[in-house]
Amino acid sequence: MQARTWFTSITAAVTLAVLAAGCGVSADDNASGGTSSGPVEGLRILVPNSPGSGYDTTARAAAKAMQDAKLTDTVEVFNTAGAGGTVGLQRLVNEKGKDDILMQMGLGVVGAVFTNKSKATLQDTVPIARMVSEAEAIVVPKGSPYTSLEQLVTAWKADPGKVPVGGASNAGGPDHLTPMLLAKAVGVQPKSVNYVAYDGGGELLTAILGKKVAFAATGIGEVAEQAKSGDVKILAVTSEQPVEGIDAPTLKSLDVDLVFTNWRGIVGPPGLSAEKQQQYNELLTKMHESSQWKQTLADQGWTDSFQTGDEFKTFLTSENDRVAGVLRELGLVA
Amino acid sequence: MDALTELLNGFVTAAHPTNLLYAFVGVLLGTAIGVLPGIGPAMAIALLLPLTYSLEPTQAFIMFAGIYYGGMYGGSTTSILLNTPGESASVVTAIEGNKMARKGRAAAALATAAIGSFIAGTIGTLCLALLAPAIVQLAVKMGAPDYFAVMVLAFVAVTTVLGSSKVRGVAALAIGLLIGLIGIDPTSGQQRLTLGLPELADGIDVVVVAVGLFAVGEALWIAAHLRRTPADIITVGAARMSREDWRRSWKPWLRGTAIGFPFGAIPAGGAEIPTFLSYVTEKKLSKHPEEFGHGAIEGVAGPEATNNASAAGGLVPLLTLGIPTTATAAVMLGAFQSYGIQPGPRLLETQPELVWGLVASLFIGNAILLALNLPLAPIWAKLLRIPRPYLYAGILFFASIGAYAANLSTFDLWLLLLLGALGFAMRRFGLPVVPAIIGIILGPVAEEQLRRALQISDGQLSGLYDTWFSKTVYFVILLVLVVPPVVNSVRKRRKPTDRELQPSERAGD
Repeated sequence: MQARTWFTSITAAVTLAVLAAGCGVSADDNASGGTSSGPVEGLRILVPNSPGSGYDTTARAAAKAMQDAKLTDTVEVFNTAGAGGTVGLQRLVNEKGKDDILMQMGLGVVGAVFTNKSKATLQDTVPIARMVSEAEAIVVPKGSPYTSLEQLVTAWKADPGKVPVGGASNAGGPDHLTPMLLAKAVGVQPKSVNYVAYDGGGELLTAILGKKVAFAATGIGEVAEQAKSGDVKILAVTSEQPVEGIDAPTLKSLDVDLVFTNWRGIVGPPGLSAEKQQQYNELLTKMHESSQWKQTLADQGWTDSFQTGDEFKTFLTSENDRVAGVLRELGLVA
Repeated sequence: MDALTELLNGFVTAAHPTNLLYAFVGVLLGTAIGVLPGIGPAMAIALLLPLTYSLEPTQAFIMFAGIYYGGMYGGSTTSILLNTPGESASVVTAIEGNKMARKGRAAAALATAAIGSFIAGTIGTLCLALLAPAIVQLAVKMGAPDYFAVMVLAFVAVTTVLGSSKVRGVAALAIGLLIGLIGIDPTSGQQRLTLGLPELADGIDVVVVAVGLFAVGEALWIAAHLRRTPADIITVGAARMSREDWRRSWKPWLRGTAIGFPFGAIPAGGAEIPTFLSYVTEKKLSKHPEEFGHGAIEGVAGPEATNNASAAGGLVPLLTLGIPTTATAAVMLGAFQSYGIQPGPRLLETQPELVWGLVASLFIGNAILLALNLPLAPIWAKLLRIPRPYLYAGILFFASIGAYAANLSTFDLWLLLLLGALGFAMRRFGLPVVPAIIGIILGPVAEEQLRRALQISDGQLSGLYDTWFSKTVYFVILLVLVVPPVVNSVRKRRKPTDRELQPSERAGD
């Protein structure tokens, strides 16, 4: 009797867990259907980090937009986290020849391939589309002695060690690369930059507000609200164009030759047929045009930077070279 | 009082029958998910998020509040019964909780956890409603040197959990610190002890280590000895807390709340460290220190109150500044954003209904949690009457599901087995397991804060103690190290009065 009660409760718990863990596992049943007309069937999207992360949110929002616009049947989004996304990347590369799987990725994975010395690289994958991008903000706390980028740069040049810069990513991530590239652009040795890595945007923001770091580089979305309330001041944004709703100049307009944004996109496994590539390009183009996706962009405050196929491939190559260059200079890559 | 009227309005929102139902579903799901190792509240909310898109934001957040608290509590059930903590906040609970369960006091342990969680959650939520703006100003001022000072205090406190042989205790602690080093160093980007395996680059999760060392190690140990020891069935014992249990629990509940809430509000490392600090505080203050390590109820009451109080504390920076301090809070922040709500300093002005509805539903969720779990405690406790071979097979099954579910990767299963073998070996050679777990919890955080503090001060050692908070903590450490030996030597000289002195002194602190 006891054994049965116990078994029932475990079964119930497991059922709940499965329910929670894989909403939509059933999509596997009719894998690799999907002719170019009609909805794409049995698509899986691999997210190379944990639920709730930026990649995860993007992938799940994209999957929902595709489903709602009837471009696909149920899309299975699953997470294989680890090593800045390279564990997931390796898994995608291992799925060579499959045509029902795509991977969500972004700038962070480009850097992680180098810092993790990953065997699988993004050159192994098939670039499908870039979806969104986000400018990085050069930000100081309220009451900082630096009220302009120029003042900050003067102090930074004088003694880089005394001007610690905070960021919410590990070495090789967007928040780390931004101050390094900025240092190069204004004539500070990247190696002398005192970069303090924080564990996520929350910790970083506390450090900025508490004036623990002289300045910080981080995604504009992390500090937009605090900038509006006046708790932090954004000295500059790293995008080509000024960011809507943010009262801050671009680096270019301040005569600093640097444009660098964080971005997220989708790649496919090695050996994806030309026909399938075309189908996925079309799928993402249609998703991009859908009203559901437009609504998501507005709600999340993401900047649309849609790009597909060869254009995205060229972009990916140039980003890869740029990141490799910085990391080589820092001695992180041989 | 303005906040109070707003809160009452919040109750009106939250007490709507539909909203109550969502709160109930949230608590139920949260508890169920918390029970499973591997799926923490953060993951649960992230995965359930798409399902709530069709709901109103208020209803969705009421449900999330239920999941948040439910998950915090649910983790303790398996910690106590099966020695398999469901998530990192309940790792410390397993130390005494499981010992209690094996002495036939599972129901009392579960009850003190449930009531402690309720009390801590209620006080915590009240503090959240009334004091949030003041607390957050203080929390923001804390920096790396302050956190590091707290870590030093924690390391000093570790000596109390080293067990009878200090050498073995320190060896076990070193094993934990070593495991804690695995992964990519965030400052330099270099890999440490990863053996070239990408799966190890992010380090090993403390839950996997705890489940491996505690549960799998023990299951292997029992299996190895089953032939020789008769399979005695654990008695279930009284279903309720005795008067004595109440008397010994209420102070730890309150102290746990006092430790947990401020720790939740600062962005340094979640609930693991405050639960550990609560544990050593209770051990220090207990009138029955000899019971610690053999099932002391204070060791369950304190940490369990702490983790729920820290859950409430974690919402302070989230709601007042838009700063997430835990993984769960970060996911909730993402959830806010997907509803087009930007949490930040202006959230209270722009969305008062949502914020106060959420706070009110935390109260309601907390009450539902108690109502749901207290009657369940004796039923859960009966689980232990399963004959041992089946019970431990079930534990192994549970542990494996948890390890696998977190990342759907077989690598984690091998890792779990390896850690289980390590746990077995530690038992075989008489090394205590608890210091190893503490090493994994404290080591990485201490290192991170130390390096960060030194980086910010550009290598100046003074950067480690140049804040009033860190100075205060170092002073406390000095007292902890100096006072007991002095008191002991005084006592030795006045031996006759020793017995009379003790109780009044205890009452004083």
